[in-house]
Parts: sequence; structure tokens; C-alpha cells
Amino acid sequence: MAAVEAQPQFHVLAVDDSLIDRKLIEKLLKTSSYQVTSVDSACKALEFLGLLNEEDQRNSDIKVHLIITDYSMPGMTGYDLLRKIKESPSLKDIPVVIMSSENIPSRINRCLEEGAEEFFLKPVQLSDVSKLKPHLMKENSKEIPSRCSSSGPQQCFWPASSICI
Amino acid sequence: MDRNHLLRQVAYMKNSLFDQGYLDREQFTQLEELQDDANPNFVEEIVTLYYNDSARLIQNMEQTLVNRPIDFVRLEEILHQFKGSSSSIGAKKVNDACTQLKEYCSAENTEGCSRTLQLVKQEHAVLRTRLETYFQMVREAG
Repeated sequence: MAAVEAQPQFHVLAVDDSLIDRKLIEKLLKTSSYQVTSVDSACKALEFLGLLNEEDQRNSDIKVHLIITDYSMPGMTGYDLLRKIKESPSLKDIPVVIMSSENIPSRINRCLEEGAEEFFLKPVQLSDVSKLKPHLMKENSKEIPSRCSSSGPQQCFWPASSICI
Repeated sequence: MDRNHLLRQVAYMKNSLFDQGYLDREQFTQLEELQDDANPNFVEEIVTLYYNDSARLIQNMEQTLVNRPIDFVRLEEILHQFKGSSSSIGAKKVNDACTQLKEYCSAENTEGCSRTLQLVKQEHAVLRTRLETYFQMVREAG
């Protein structure tokens, strides 16, 4: 019952209006063993995340462990999306990473100040994606001690439905 | 034909593309590193996607320069998308031409925009031919 399982897969929501960049970020994430959902706008991202806003979220099968979004998108920008997420009681703890093809320090600072964990310059590389892990582990590790059934160095098993977001 | 010979030709072709500045070595290599058994043709697929997508963007940019008054804001928006995709696949010369176009666009210089858009199209077409030949050779080498 309390068997030690392989580390649960983290689910990343990728947001980018560019088809090519979406394909690229999907591949980068999948190659790094993440489960990926990609959408082409901030609005669709919020729609998708809205599915997590249900009262009985514990029973929902959909979990998002990290959001990675392009900055420049028509309509709602990645920055607007970041703000909306950080303003939402149920979504604010999901780590958010911003991507941009433009290296504008004031833009980068603004995003980091608003709560983005990282800012990646495009084109995004595998080495960038490898920086995501600590942000994901940080969010989940606070739950591990109370659920550990073994005191050994093995990875603790916790039921997927109780991963907090 | 000897496979090793074909592989050497593939390597030679690729290095030429890098040395002649058509492709960004780092970015293109990154794309190749993403190819695996599940996606053995990832690079060719993404390049094909790029050419389908970018043809449309070029047409849209041309259209903005035909309309009067010229909507330079719109042109810059389309260019931003196009430049982004180009840099994602490592299309170096195309990207450089885009940078020039961006400057003329910011300056609202119609003649400059027309001229550099032609340059963008040219580089875009040349790279397409080079890459088609390259992927053909990759396929032949197995």
C-alpha cells in the first residue's frame, strides 16, 4: 500500500502564442520528464487553471505544478497573467516562470518583483529548464515530512491527490 | 553509397551552414539534442512548421507595407513574432535581416522597410533551400 513509487511527474502549463515556441518548450519540458499542457493565450491558461478553482480541489485530477509563460502575447500579456495568478488565493502558490525574447532589465525586475520565480531569455535551452526543479521541489517539500512513512533516504511516497499547489 | 561517407557529408554540410552564418550553432545543436527515439525527426518537423508559419507572417508584413497609411505598429508586431520563431530555429541571417527591418520600422522609414523586407525574404528562401538539401542528406544517411 505505502510502496515507494517513482517520483510523481510534475505537470507544467506552458503559455505561448507562437506555434514554433510552443512546440519547442513542449519538447524541452517532455525531454526533462515533465508532463505538459500548452495553450496559446493567457486567457486559455486562466480557463484551464479555472478548472482547479473548484471547491473540492482535492478530488480534482488536474494539478499544475508550474506555469511557464511568454511575456509578449496579444491581449493579456504574460505579466498580466502572472499578476492574476498571484492575486488568486487558490493559484498564488503555483510557481510562475516568464520567457521573453527581449532582454530588458526593467521588464525582468518587474516580473521578479511581481513574484515570478525565474525569467528565461528566448530561445529557451535545456539548461534553463533544468533550473525549474528546485522551484517545484520547494513547493512540494513542505508536505513531505508529515507524509513520510519511511525514515530512510528513499523517496517518500505521497498520494498524488494531496500534492499542494 | 557508404554510410560513413554520407554521415561525413551531413557533418560537412552542417558545419558549412554554421560557418557561413546561416544557422546559429548553439541553437541548432540544441534542437538536435532534443531529437530522440520518440521524435527522431524533431528538427525537420520544427523547421517545416517554421516555414509554414513564417510564410504567412511574411505575407502579412508585405500587406502592411501595401496599405495606406502604413501601420508600422502592426508591422513591428508581426516582425516580433517572425523574429522570435526565426531565432528559435537558429536562423541567423534571417534574424539579422529582421533586426535591420526592425530599425527601419521604428524609424517609420517606408523605403528602408520595403528594402529590408526583401532581404528578409531572400535570406528566408536561401535558408529553406539549404535546409531542404541538408535534411535530404540526413535522410539518405539514415
